[in-house]
Amino acid sequence: MSNVLELDRVSSFYGPIQALREVSIEVPENQIVTLIGANGAGKSTLMMTIFGDPRARSGRVMYYGEDITGLPAYQIARKGIAQSPEGRRVFPRMSVEENLLMGAQVVDYRDYAANLRKIFTLFPRLEERFGQRAGTLSGGEQQMLAIARALMSMPKLLLLDEPSLGLAPLVIKQIFGAIRELNRETGLTVLLVEQNANQALRLAQRAYVLVNGQLTMQGTGAELLAKPEIRAAYLEGAH
Amino acid sequence: MAYALQQLINGLTLGMIYGLIAIGYTMVYGIIGMINFAHGDVFMIGAFVGIIVLTALTGLTSVPLGLLVAFIASAIICGVYGFSIERVAYRPLRGSFRLAPLISAIGMSIVLENYVQVSQGALERAIPSLIPGGVTLMNQGGFVVQLSWMQLAIVIVTIAVLAGFTYLVTKTPLGRAMRAVEQDAKMAALLGIDTDRTISLTFIIGSALAAFAGVMFLLYYGVIDFYIGFNAGIKAFTAAVLGGIGSLPGAVLGGLLIGLIEAFWSGYATVAYKDAAVYSILAIVLMFMPSGLLGRHEVEKV
Repeated sequence: MSNVLELDRVSSFYGPIQALREVSIEVPENQIVTLIGANGAGKSTLMMTIFGDPRARSGRVMYYGEDITGLPAYQIARKGIAQSPEGRRVFPRMSVEENLLMGAQVVDYRDYAANLRKIFTLFPRLEERFGQRAGTLSGGEQQMLAIARALMSMPKLLLLDEPSLGLAPLVIKQIFGAIRELNRETGLTVLLVEQNANQALRLAQRAYVLVNGQLTMQGTGAELLAKPEIRAAYLEGAH
Repeated sequence: MAYALQQLINGLTLGMIYGLIAIGYTMVYGIIGMINFAHGDVFMIGAFVGIIVLTALTGLTSVPLGLLVAFIASAIICGVYGFSIERVAYRPLRGSFRLAPLISAIGMSIVLENYVQVSQGALERAIPSLIPGGVTLMNQGGFVVQLSWMQLAIVIVTIAVLAGFTYLVTKTPLGRAMRAVEQDAKMAALLGIDTDRTISLTFIIGSALAAFAGVMFLLYYGVIDFYIGFNAGIKAFTAAVLGGIGSLPGAVLGGLLIGLIEAFWSGYATVAYKDAAVYSILAIVLMFMPSGLLGRHEVEKV
């Protein structure tokens, strides 16, 4: 089984603060890999370090065996990695349609219509909101749009940063359902960062735990779910 | 009535030219958050390229062909200037403190003015009117309201340029990329947009619009010197602020309003203080409605 993405002892700084300490993770093809950790553990820094912003101070980021550590973000995106980032970051003064067109900027426009149909099957809500300005969407709709925008580039690897943050349980269920469906039906490889450990661990084939910028545990999703220390630290009170 | 109509025609013509320059200010502000004070001097260089081309072509070609060549040459050369200014004076300072590129822009402005002064001379340069004549719209008790062919040409060319520009910004992938970088540059990069390239193209397009304005200014007044960029630049900047800096329709609206204020002030008050009138508007707008007529109310990001 080949790895789509591999981080090899990556250290990264956020300003003067070291956010990641020699983090090594593997994301095998066609799998959902999750990284769980508390707020401020370095999860979003890790996602952005994959895109070279901030650039890894030491260590390597490998994509299909190619070292992409020094590349600018836009070139990494063009290689087939897409991200639905922390805070969604939809373009607020563009319509849903234009946001999706932005996602499709790196791929052949001939694929646009077909991709759009797939997106509408996955998130029918976006079809209803097609002409609406993204800034006026609800949080859940913006999250769907951020994921949909990432998918419009037909990525080989999808990075999802806290897709459940601030959303109602029903919407979370819908979004996690969509991720599962994408992975099952198209074999999409996903790296998912979550605070919502319960849902993420159920979804993922492989999981890592990040604490203060360091990996402390790894295993299959089911293994970590069963560990008492995980339950105590991340799952108490969560359902 | 007739007098007011004449001022309206004059003001709108002038306003169109200001509007074209104002777009360059507002676009650059939108995308990298700085006021490009050298923009007025790019306009001035556009006028000089125009006079050089038109003088060289006099007698060699027909007037329309000569004008076409002047517009195109001016747009290309100013595009190169705009691109180079960003590369040399602003890009190295990106990520520096906020005032750094502003100071660099003022320096760039002085460099360009002095460069043209040295290479083209400090004296005024003139061309004869290339599109003479006009149409009499009204004759009221001896006061004749004139719409010159030149004014009509300026209005038509500006509307055509604005239509093309609007299409570019709203409908093309490049325009979308420009708006995306303006709204969230980091996110645009995550989607595969080369933000540096987009910023360069923004400067090139803004400068080409200033070039069009420069050639039209030359045709309208017939006289230019190395210093015209300062005044026209500040007026266009005022227009951009009045319309709401960052807003493209606002820039055009602001330009038209400044043109009208200037024309009516000259017509009814005194020509001597027309610039003071415009700058007073700038001060008042900045005090009472800093986000302008069509601007967004946004909190300054620190």
